[in-house]
Amino acid sequence: MTANRLAESLLALSQQEELVDLPKDYLLSGSEDEGDNDGEREHQKLLEAISSLDGKNRRKLAERSEASLKVSEFNVSSEGSGEKLVLADLLEPVKTSSSLATVKKQLNRVKSKKTVELPLNKEEIERARTPLEQEIFNLLHKNKQPVADPLLTPVEKASLQAMSLEEAKMRRAELQRARALQSYYEAKARREKKIKSKKYHKVVKKGKAKKALKEFEQLRKVNPAAALEELEKIEKARMMERMSLKHQNSGKWAKSKAIMAKYDLEARQAMQEQLAKNKELTQKLQVASESEEEEGGTEEKVEELLVPDVVNEVQMNADGPNPWMLRSCTSDTKEAATQEDPEQLPEPEAHEVSESGGEDRPVAEEEILLREFEERRSLRKRSELSQDAEPAGSQETKDSSSQEVLSELRVLSQKLKENDQSRKQKASSEGTIPQVQREEPATEEEEPLLLQRPERVQTLEELEELGKEECFQNKELPRPVLEGQQSERTPNNRPDAPKEKKKKEQMIDLQNLLTTQSPSVKSLAVPTIEELEDEEERNQRQMIKEAFAGDDVIRDFLKEKREAVEASKPKDVDLTLPGWGEWGGVGLKPSAKKRRRFLIKAPEGPPRKDKNLPNVIINEKRNIHTAAHQVRVLPYPFTHHWQFERTIQTPIGSTWNTQRAFQKLTTPKVVTKPGHIINPIKAEDVGYRSSSRSDLSVIQRNPKRITTRHKKQLKKSSVD
Amino acid sequence: VETAPKPGRDVPPKKDKLQTKRKKPRRYWEEETVPTTDGASPGPPCNKKNRELRPQRPKNAHILKKSRISKKPQVPKKPREWKNPESQRSLSGAQDPFPGPAPVPVEVVQKFCRIDKSRKLPRSKAKTRSRLEVAEAEEEETSIKAARSELLLAEEPGFLEGEDGEDTAKICQADIVEAVDIASAAKHFDLNLRQFGPYRLNYSRTGRHLAFGGRRGHVAALDWVTKKLMCEINVMEAVRDIRFLHSEALLAVAQNRWLHIYDNQGIELHCIRRCDRVTRLEFLPFHFLLATASETGFLTYLDVSVGKIVAALNARAGRLDVMSQNPYNAVIHLGHSNGTVSLWSPAMKEPLAKILCHRGGVRAVAVDSTGTYMATSGLDHQLKIFDLRGTYQPLSTRTLPQGAGHLAFSQRGLLVAGMGDVVNIWAGQGKASPPSLEQPYLTHRLSGPVHGLQFCPFEDVLGVGHSGGVTSMLVPGAGEPNFDGLESNPYRSRKQRQEWEVKALLEKVPAELICLDPRALAEVDVISLEQGKKERIERLGYDPEAKAPFQPKPKQKGRSSTASLVKRKRKVMDEEHRDKVRQSLQQQQQQQQQKETKAKSTGARPSALDRFVC
Repeated sequence: MTANRLAESLLALSQQEELVDLPKDYLLSGSEDEGDNDGEREHQKLLEAISSLDGKNRRKLAERSEASLKVSEFNVSSEGSGEKLVLADLLEPVKTSSSLATVKKQLNRVKSKKTVELPLNKEEIERARTPLEQEIFNLLHKNKQPVADPLLTPVEKASLQAMSLEEAKMRRAELQRARALQSYYEAKARREKKIKSKKYHKVVKKGKAKKALKEFEQLRKVNPAAALEELEKIEKARMMERMSLKHQNSGKWAKSKAIMAKYDLEARQAMQEQLAKNKELTQKLQVASESEEEEGGTEEKVEELLVPDVVNEVQMNADGPNPWMLRSCTSDTKEAATQEDPEQLPEPEAHEVSESGGEDRPVAEEEILLREFEERRSLRKRSELSQDAEPAGSQETKDSSSQEVLSELRVLSQKLKENDQSRKQKASSEGTIPQVQREEPATEEEEPLLLQRPERVQTLEELEELGKEECFQNKELPRPVLEGQQSERTPNNRPDAPKEKKKKEQMIDLQNLLTTQSPSVKSLAVPTIEELEDEEERNQRQMIKEAFAGDDVIRDFLKEKREAVEASKPKDVDLTLPGWGEWGGVGLKPSAKKRRRFLIKAPEGPPRKDKNLPNVIINEKRNIHTAAHQVRVLPYPFTHHWQFERTIQTPIGSTWNTQRAFQKLTTPKVVTKPGHIINPIKAEDVGYRSSSRSDLSVIQRNPKRITTRHKKQLKKSSVD
Repeated sequence: VETAPKPGRDVPPKKDKLQTKRKKPRRYWEEETVPTTDGASPGPPCNKKNRELRPQRPKNAHILKKSRISKKPQVPKKPREWKNPESQRSLSGAQDPFPGPAPVPVEVVQKFCRIDKSRKLPRSKAKTRSRLEVAEAEEEETSIKAARSELLLAEEPGFLEGEDGEDTAKICQADIVEAVDIASAAKHFDLNLRQFGPYRLNYSRTGRHLAFGGRRGHVAALDWVTKKLMCEINVMEAVRDIRFLHSEALLAVAQNRWLHIYDNQGIELHCIRRCDRVTRLEFLPFHFLLATASETGFLTYLDVSVGKIVAALNARAGRLDVMSQNPYNAVIHLGHSNGTVSLWSPAMKEPLAKILCHRGGVRAVAVDSTGTYMATSGLDHQLKIFDLRGTYQPLSTRTLPQGAGHLAFSQRGLLVAGMGDVVNIWAGQGKASPPSLEQPYLTHRLSGPVHGLQFCPFEDVLGVGHSGGVTSMLVPGAGEPNFDGLESNPYRSRKQRQEWEVKALLEKVPAELICLDPRALAEVDVISLEQGKKERIERLGYDPEAKAPFQPKPKQKGRSSTASLVKRKRKVMDEEHRDKVRQSLQQQQQQQQQKETKAKSTGARPSALDRFVC
C-alpha cells in the first residue's frame, strides 16, 4: 500500500510539473519571434533606402516607432536607420572624388584577401574533400570531439562551465546523501514488511488511514483544490479496489476462513468484516465528476424531459423520508464546499513549482533536476555569505527537513524511472538543444551510480509498473465507463476472450433494444403539469440525476446473466492428486499434463433457452415441485414419451369441455348396477391355474364363501 | 345422437317453447336461415381460451340481458331458431333437407384442438398407434362439441366507431353516456371523495362488486351496479392496496403495518402479521393464493383457504411496489427499480425469468388475460408491449410525454394507461392481437392524478381511482360479453355463491403447480424417467427393453450346421449394419442440402442480370 501511495503522489507531482513547464516554452519561442521581426524591419528599411536613392533626400528622417521621453532636435536617434553612427562617415567629404574610387577598390580587394595560415582555419578544414576525410569528420562530429581546437572537448568545457571542483564535491555529497536516504528508507520498509505481527500491521494501517484523513481534512480547509486532487486519488484507489478482487472473500485466507465459517463465529465475523471493508472501499464518493456528467449527456437529455410528475409520484408513494432526497441534499452542500475555483488558488509549495517536467520528455526532466540542484546550491551560497561560511555537511543536515527528504525521494525515483526512457531517446534527441548538451555529463555521471546495485532493479521495476498503471488509468478516465470496465475484465479471464466478443455483440444488440427511439404518442389530452418553481425543479432534476448516476442497467443485467449462465454450467471434475508421482508441497502445482489427464470434462448441457435473448434470463433449474406431479413411468404400450404425451394432452375436466364431452370422456369402462353383488376376483377368473394349497388357505379363511365351483375343485383334488 | 345444449340466458325460455310448439307450416326460408347464422356468426371467442361456456341452469335463464354499448344503433338480431331434427323427421315424414349434424367451421374447431401435431413421433407399434388414434379421435370429438356450443355465446362485444375521419379519442364520456341506453348510462359515475386521498380500487371476479380504499384509511365496498353500499369503514391507517378474495364476502386490505382481512360487513376477521408493510396485493383465484409484495422486498403467498403462508420469497431487489399477475399461468410479475421485470412462482426460490425492460425503473406492469402480452412502463417514459410466449421481446414501443404510472388490460385486450390525471386507452385489431399504440382509442381527464386502474370484468366499464375519488367510465368493447354462469356469474344469489365456493375449493389447484408453462404438467418427467431406466438396468444387470440379438432358428436336414448358423447370423448383422450406414448417409445428405439452401438464402443478393444466366 505504501509503495502504491508513493507512486500515486509521485505521479501527481509530475503532472503538476508538466503544467508548470509549459509557459517557459512559450517564452523561448517568443524571443525567436522577435528576431524574425527585426529582420523584416531591416529589409523594409533597405527597400525604402533603395527607392529613395534617386531623390535628393537620401537620408530619411529616422522614424520613431516608440514614444521616447525626450523628443527634440538635439536628440539624434539612430534607431530605424539600422546603422551605427560611424566617425568615418562624419569625417568623409560630402562629395567623393571619382578618381580615387578605383584605387580604393583595389585596396579593399587586397584587404579582403587573407594570407594562408597554418594550421588551417576551421572553415577550410571543414571543407572535407576526400571521402576519408569526410568519414573522419563524421566520426569526430558524432563523438563531439573538437575539430579545430584540441584543448578542451565541448563536454569538458560544459563540465567546467557547469561546476567548479567544490561544487562537484558538494554535488557528489548530495547524491550520496540521497542514495543513502533512499537505501535507509528501503531498508526500513523491508524491515517493517518482514514484521509478522498482524496486529502491528493493523495498527500501522489504521494510523496511516487516520493520518491521511486528518491531512485531507486539513487540506480541505486550507486548500480545496489540492483536496479535490486528493479526492481524485481516493477515487482512483476505489477504482483499483473495484478492479481487484481484494477483500471479496476470494483470497486464500478468505477461502480457508469460509471453510471454518460454518463452525467458527470469529471466522464468520472476519469474513463479514472483509466484505464490509470491500463495500466501504468501493463505495462511491458523492462528488459528481465532470466526465461522468458528460458521459450521461444523452441520458440527461431524456431526463431533462422528465416531467416532475414522476417525482410527485415518488413523493406520494413513499411514506417515509425519501433516501434519494436526503442524499441529494447532503451532496449539494458538499459540492458547494468543494466547487471553489481550483485554478485561481496559488500552488501549494514553492519548490514544487520549480520541479517540472513530464513523463513524455525525459530530457527536460533531467535538465530540471539539475536546475533544482543549482538552485539549492545558490541558496546555500547565499546562506554561506550571510552566515560566515559554515561547513557544508552541517548545512545539509540543517535544511534537511522531512519534506525535502520526501520530495527528493520522489524526484529520485522519478528520475530513475525516466532513465531508461531517456537512454532510448538519447540517440535521437542528442544535440538538438545546446543546453541539454551542456548538462548531459552530469546526468551521465549519475546514471551508473544510481544503477549500480542490482537489487534495486526489482523495486525500480515495480515502481515503473506502478507508474504505468497510473498512466493507464489516467488515459482511461475520459473513456466511457462501460468500455473501461470491459478492458478491466478481459485480463481477468483471458481464455474467454472470444466469448467476450460475443457478449459484446449481444450487448450492442441489447443497447439497441433499449435505446431505440420510439415514436411518441400523440395524445389529445396532455396531462396537466403542475407548475413548479425553478429551484425546486432543478433540485428534482438533480435528484433524478443522482438516482441514475451510478446506474448502468444494461451492464448490471449482463453481469447477472453471465453469472447465471456460469452457475448453470456443469462443472468439470478435477481428479488430480497433488504430489502424486511428482514433487508436492506448498506452492507447487501438479503439472499441466497431469491436470489435463485427470480432468473429467462435464458434458455440454443443452443450449440455454435464453441463449439468443439478450434481455432475458430464464431460470433453467428443475422445478421439483411440479416434477413431483408429472408422470415418471411410461405406461405399457408406449415406447417413447412423446407418444404418451399425445394421449394426455387433451384435458378431460369439465372446466375445459362441454358437459356432454366431459361425461363421455369420464365414463367408466365397466358400469355396474346398484345393488348388484360383485364377487372378489379369483385366480381362475384371470386364467391362472391355482395350486390346491392356496385354495385351501382361502377356504380356511372364509369357509362360508365357498362357491360350487370351488367345492368341485376341492373334491377333485381330494380324489387325486 | 348429440342434442343441442340448452339455450343460454339471452333466449327467454318462453320464446323457445313457442318456437318449438308452432310447427305447422315450415317455410323454406325459415329453414334456410338456421345454418347460415350458424356458420356465419360463430360468436366472439370466449374469455379464456380453454374455457367453454356451458348451458346455464334454468334459474339463470330469466336474468336481465346486459346492455351493450355501441355508438351506432345496432340492428336488432333476428330471433334464433332451434332446429330439432328428431321431431321433424318423426311426425311429418318429410325428408330432412340437411341430414346429419350441422357442419361446424374448421377454424373454430381448430381453436379447441390441443394436441401438438407438429412434433413427429418415432415409429410406433400397432398397439400404441391404436391408442394414439383413439386419443386423436377423442380430441376431435370434444373440440367439435366445444365448437358447436360456441353458438351459445350469443352476446356480442360493444364497440365505438368514429364516422369517417373522426377520431374516437375525441369522443368524451358525456357523448357516450348520451348515446347509450339508460342502464348503461347509469354505469358512468363519479364518486367525489376528496377527503381521503388517492384511491385504489378492485372489482370482484364477477364484476358486480367494487371495493376501494383511500390512502387515508377510507375503505368501502359496494354493489356498484345497484349502488348499494355493503360497508364503509375507516381503518385509521394508511391503506396501500385493497383486493377482494375469491368472493365478494372477503376483502384484503394492505394497511400501513400489516395485512388485514375484512368481511363484507366491514368486520375485521384477520390481521396477518406475517405480511407486514405490504404495498401491493394480487389474488390468484384458482389457487386461492393471496400474493403480497412488501416494502421489505418479500413476495409472500398466503393460502386463504387454509390460512397458511405457502411461500415467502425474497426478491433481492429492494422495495417492491409494482406487481401484477398473469391470469393464464398465475405467475406473478414484479417490476424493479433496475428496469427488470421478474416472474415468480411459489414453487421456486428464484425468479422463473427476468426480463430487462427499461433503462430506468419499472413503474407499472400489466399482463393481458390470455397471458400473451405484457405491457410495461418505466421511468424512461416508455410504454412497451412484450410477447410472453417464450421470446420476451418487445413488440411495440412508444414514448409517452409523461410516462404511465398505472397500466391495466381489459378482458378483451384493451390497454389503459394512467398518466398524471389523464387516462389513455388503446385497442387492438382483434381479440388476440396486442393493442396498437398508434392512436388512442379513448382518453379521459380526471379531477386528480390516477392512483388505481381496473377494468370491470364482463362490463364495458373502467374503474379509475384517483386523488379526487373514484370514477367509473364507459369503455365500449372492454369487457367479455359472455360470462360463464358456473364460473363467475354476476347475477348469482347467495346460495349459488356458496355452492360455487364449495366447488371452487374442491377444484383448488395446488400452489406448487404454478409454472411458466402450465402445459408442461402434461409432459412426462424425462429426467426421472431416464434415471429410473438406468437404475432398472443396473438392478437387473441387463436391459430388458433392449432388442434381443438374432437367434437363428434350428433347421433340419443338415442345414443347421454351426457354419451355416454363423453365416445366417452374419447375414442379419450385415443387413443391420447396412441399414445404419444408409440412414447416416441420408442424414448427411439432408444436412448438406439444408446448408446449401441456407447459404443460398443468406448469400449475396441476386443481381438483376442473373435472370439472363439461367
